[in-house]
Amino acid sequence: MTEVVFYLFAAAAVISASLCILQRSPMVSALWLISTMFSLAAIYVLLNAQFIAAIQVLVYAGAIMVLFLFVIMLLNLGQAESDLRGPSTVAATLVIVGLLSVELVALIRYTPRRLAAELSQWPTYTDPATVFVAGQVTQQEGAARGVVGAVAVPLFQVYLIPFEITSILLLAAIVGAVVLAKRNA
Amino acid sequence: MLLGPALALSAILFSLGVAGVLLRRNAIVLFMCIELMLNAVNLSFVALAQLHGASGYVMVFFVMTVAAAEAAVGLAIIIGIFRHKQSVDLGNINLLRG
Repeated sequence: MTEVVFYLFAAAAVISASLCILQRSPMVSALWLISTMFSLAAIYVLLNAQFIAAIQVLVYAGAIMVLFLFVIMLLNLGQAESDLRGPSTVAATLVIVGLLSVELVALIRYTPRRLAAELSQWPTYTDPATVFVAGQVTQQEGAARGVVGAVAVPLFQVYLIPFEITSILLLAAIVGAVVLAKRNA
Repeated sequence: MLLGPALALSAILFSLGVAGVLLRRNAIVLFMCIELMLNAVNLSFVALAQLHGASGYVMVFFVMTVAAAEAAVGLAIIIGIFRHKQSVDLGNINLLRG
């Protein structure tokens, strides 16, 4: 059942992404990208990442894409002519993307069992359960503290300093955006 | 657990994002394709977090923050370019000086 739903949303994500890169109008492109992000949020729920699914909808589909739509409407780009590059670039793109996707789809062979078999040549590790302890710890943590708590513990303990640096990054981005977009700057 | 299929989907979405960046000339669509690639990477982080623990979720959190900052500054730059050139076509934008 979970697999069927996963493949349904995976197909929706791939089709939406293809339409997003092929549509002529930037507005239609943006709406298809939002559809991709919603499909990805559903897939996150299937992968037991409910908190990430929620912030995917709130931050990506909500905040970032609204910013894109706002800029498209501000610049009045609704009726653009085709902006695809020439045939030689299209051919080169197909070759590059074909090579890249063949390379990346090999990732499907990353299974816990195979990695554990490779690691079990080391004297200390034997089976997936002992190699990947962290995943089990996360599940127990999630059961004990809830889905958000399981993310909060590493975020505010191990990654506290990167988290604080992120706030400086956001402040710099706000100031930079205001300065750049201000008229007569 | 769906680890392999999730990683394959992530690979396909990333490749589509790269194709969009290479094919289109509209600067805003190009930015959207970059967001698509960031989403693909987020999907592989979430898939692998099932094995390696909640650090993957924290990375997704940081990627989203950086994506938001990048979108804000990038779109502000695009607005500035549009005011100057009356176009967001990257074929027309070929000068570093104003």
